[in-house]
Amino acid sequence: MSSTTSSAPPVPPADRPGAARAGRWKVLNLVLELRAFIALAVLIVVFGMLSDAFLTVPNLVTMTKHVAINAVLALGMLLVILKGGIDLSVGSIIGLAGVIAGELLGGMPLALFGVVAYPPVWAVVVLCLAVGAAVGAVNGTLVTRFRVAPFIATLGMLYVIRGLALLISDGSTYPNLGGSPDLGNTGFDFLGSGRPLGLPTAIWIMVMIAIAITVMLRKAPIGRWLYATGGNERAAELSGVPVARVKVWAYVISGACAAMAGLIMASELTSAAPQAGESYELNAIAAVVIGGAALSGGRGTVRGTLVGAFVIGFLADGLVILGVSTFWQILIKGAVIILAVVLDQSQQRFQRRRAAVSAVAAGTR
Amino acid sequence: MIEARAVTKVFDGTRALNEVDFRATPGTVTALFGENGAGKSTLMKILAGIETPTAGRVELDGEPVAFASPRHAADSGIAIIHQELSLCPNLSVVDNLFLGRELTGRGGGIDAKGQRERARAVLARLEEDIDPDVLVGELRLGQQQVVEIARALLQEARVLIMDEPTSALSAPEIEVLFRRIRELTAEGVAVVYISHHLDEALEIADEVAVLRDGNLVATAHARDVGLGWIVRQMVGRDQDELFPDHAPRTGEELLGVRDLMVVDPGDPERLAVAGVSLTVGAGELVGVFGLMGSGRTELLEAIAGRIPVGHGTVHLRGEPVDGLRIRERISRGLVLVPEDRQYDGLVPTMSVGQNLTLASVRSYVRRLWLSERAERGAVTRAIADVTVKTPGPNASITALSGGNQQKVVIGKALLTAPRVLLLDEPSRGVDVGAKADVFALMAGQAEHGLGVLFTTSEAEEALRVPDRLLVLARGRLVGEFRRGEITREELMRVADENGRTR
Repeated sequence: MSSTTSSAPPVPPADRPGAARAGRWKVLNLVLELRAFIALAVLIVVFGMLSDAFLTVPNLVTMTKHVAINAVLALGMLLVILKGGIDLSVGSIIGLAGVIAGELLGGMPLALFGVVAYPPVWAVVVLCLAVGAAVGAVNGTLVTRFRVAPFIATLGMLYVIRGLALLISDGSTYPNLGGSPDLGNTGFDFLGSGRPLGLPTAIWIMVMIAIAITVMLRKAPIGRWLYATGGNERAAELSGVPVARVKVWAYVISGACAAMAGLIMASELTSAAPQAGESYELNAIAAVVIGGAALSGGRGTVRGTLVGAFVIGFLADGLVILGVSTFWQILIKGAVIILAVVLDQSQQRFQRRRAAVSAVAAGTR
Repeated sequence: MIEARAVTKVFDGTRALNEVDFRATPGTVTALFGENGAGKSTLMKILAGIETPTAGRVELDGEPVAFASPRHAADSGIAIIHQELSLCPNLSVVDNLFLGRELTGRGGGIDAKGQRERARAVLARLEEDIDPDVLVGELRLGQQQVVEIARALLQEARVLIMDEPTSALSAPEIEVLFRRIRELTAEGVAVVYISHHLDEALEIADEVAVLRDGNLVATAHARDVGLGWIVRQMVGRDQDELFPDHAPRTGEELLGVRDLMVVDPGDPERLAVAGVSLTVGAGELVGVFGLMGSGRTELLEAIAGRIPVGHGTVHLRGEPVDGLRIRERISRGLVLVPEDRQYDGLVPTMSVGQNLTLASVRSYVRRLWLSERAERGAVTRAIADVTVKTPGPNASITALSGGNQQKVVIGKALLTAPRVLLLDEPSRGVDVGAKADVFALMAGQAEHGLGVLFTTSEAEEALRVPDRLLVLARGRLVGEFRRGEITREELMRVADENGRTR
């Protein structure tokens, strides 16, 4: 029985039988724990050796910019997965956010006054984020108030929102979101093409969201509540955790993150297609899972999720640079996702076994 | 004969078993005693091939065996009735009875008729009127346990391991089970029997073995020993030291429950609590004694706001709390320590410290954010106050023993600074040593002026712990006694007579 007041004198590691073995275990465990980081490092080294173009600063910046969109999605997804849910609607929210931005930048007819309003870019951004958050609120309400399983609720919303995007846009793309100086609504391309302090805006947005969510998870009660709700919802409820509110917030933030991703995409292309972001929800889930989160909830970190997004992004871009066929790219991505989960499982088994064996060693000493 | 030789098993860094030698002889019932966490279930799982020993071996008739799977052990004639029911609620009784060992007819299909006949026969032997075609999920808990027993009987095993087979059975059902056990031993079956009800296990046992902290500390012939001896072997001390000294001292009324009625969440046509009124005063330690199905859990959960109240009112310090959510009741000083700590109490993915502060996490917010220092201080105090044995506040909650996990759940409740503490079976699944700590803790909280209301299904606890004892049967209070007013026999009679006709 372990105790806080152990009176056994510490034994120098070298005197312990099996110390070398224990050392090897420590290394192996560290490798397993940092597997996502190591995978990322391996990717960078291998692609760097195979292609001169890969390990250049401009290319790394470009790839990171690609990563940013998926990372922003994945960070929102992480919150939903932590509380034990899933959000399949984020890909469609990307489409909807772009369409709404396109609609607003193209002029908002106010029938009542007989004029067309052109809201400034900041208002467009705020409105789009609000729409994303509102979709999340609907997801959350379906899951909490109406007790629809998260998978089903957000699967339904995946179609509803995509349909809405197609309806609003009538299926066509909004070209040229650049705005016009006369109307005072220029600057939308800043999100996708701006480079404050030399780095693309998308990267800054990713960093800021990552910091904000890290702080939220670590320093705010709602962070603790998310982990608790995902770990054991009944215990959380009995402990007075506002479980329903926590869940709704997770979907709201996920929805807002998705809208942000949609804005970045539309801004990069200065055009918005209602089909944008199709199947992006799966990339986001994959990033969260590769980052070591448990789909059953209660376990996962911002850092892991970011690394997961980088692994997926660098892998995809690296394969493109090497000229590997798209079909192979898809296959390889699938294999990486499965491998990540297999390693996660074996790490957990490994830790249990190691604890067992070291306790035997301690007992026979 | 099945025998464990120098078996050692390690989980999560703790030695669950330490070089244990244990044997079960044909034709005898061996009762295995031990506190929770002493290693009883682990030893049985090793004998049944569910767990493999870290060191040591299992011998069957003198031959070392290494069971590759529970199936392998079952094929070798070893059957086990698990502590946790291991039935599929979505399948019928017959399907469960023959799961994994279906009778096949011509052409390899399931011989449904043959299975049903054998199922009827075995259920009749257990004198239980259960339709073999009904879904297991629709049976009450006691009947499910009978199905579990029937499944083991169907295997016609040579070694039958029963791990807490009676936890949900009524007294007549236990009698039937004991008769069947006697028949089996007469046929030469070796039975290993584990139960928390020590007197019951001693009654059926021929041989006795006691585990303490993973070590086999004593064996004896059952006729040579008594309950006192067993408890001393289990704990290493006398049972009297289990119960706290607490002088009744009742102040103002803190909790007032009037005419409470609660619909059974599992069966909407039945009242789980059928009109209960009670009060708990400041400094008072009140116990509710009730057998399974008496409505004790529903009573506490309704007071805590977890399940809806059908009728009646709950007052806290004179203010009604009806309609308030759980968290609002907690913030007013009413908190529940649930019965099933794995299911309702702990978050297994979080650390000891995070579990402790879960219910009070908002009170560690300084300005905008959680203050690590405030939280750490609370955790350190709580670990000391409820005497949790843990490698540290950051250790995983799953690494602790049952008793220490229970203390964490209680510590979590106490950190909300409650005025009334509700505890549903706080000693369930807790080893004897930790039990004493838990009772002392409850008495200590009462001394500090809290109102403490707890439930129990152990007569000894009901008689010795509370200042005032309420007896609950079929959702109604059928008796109220001060400590020392009644004997064990009277208590059982009151609870049983009123609880029988369901």
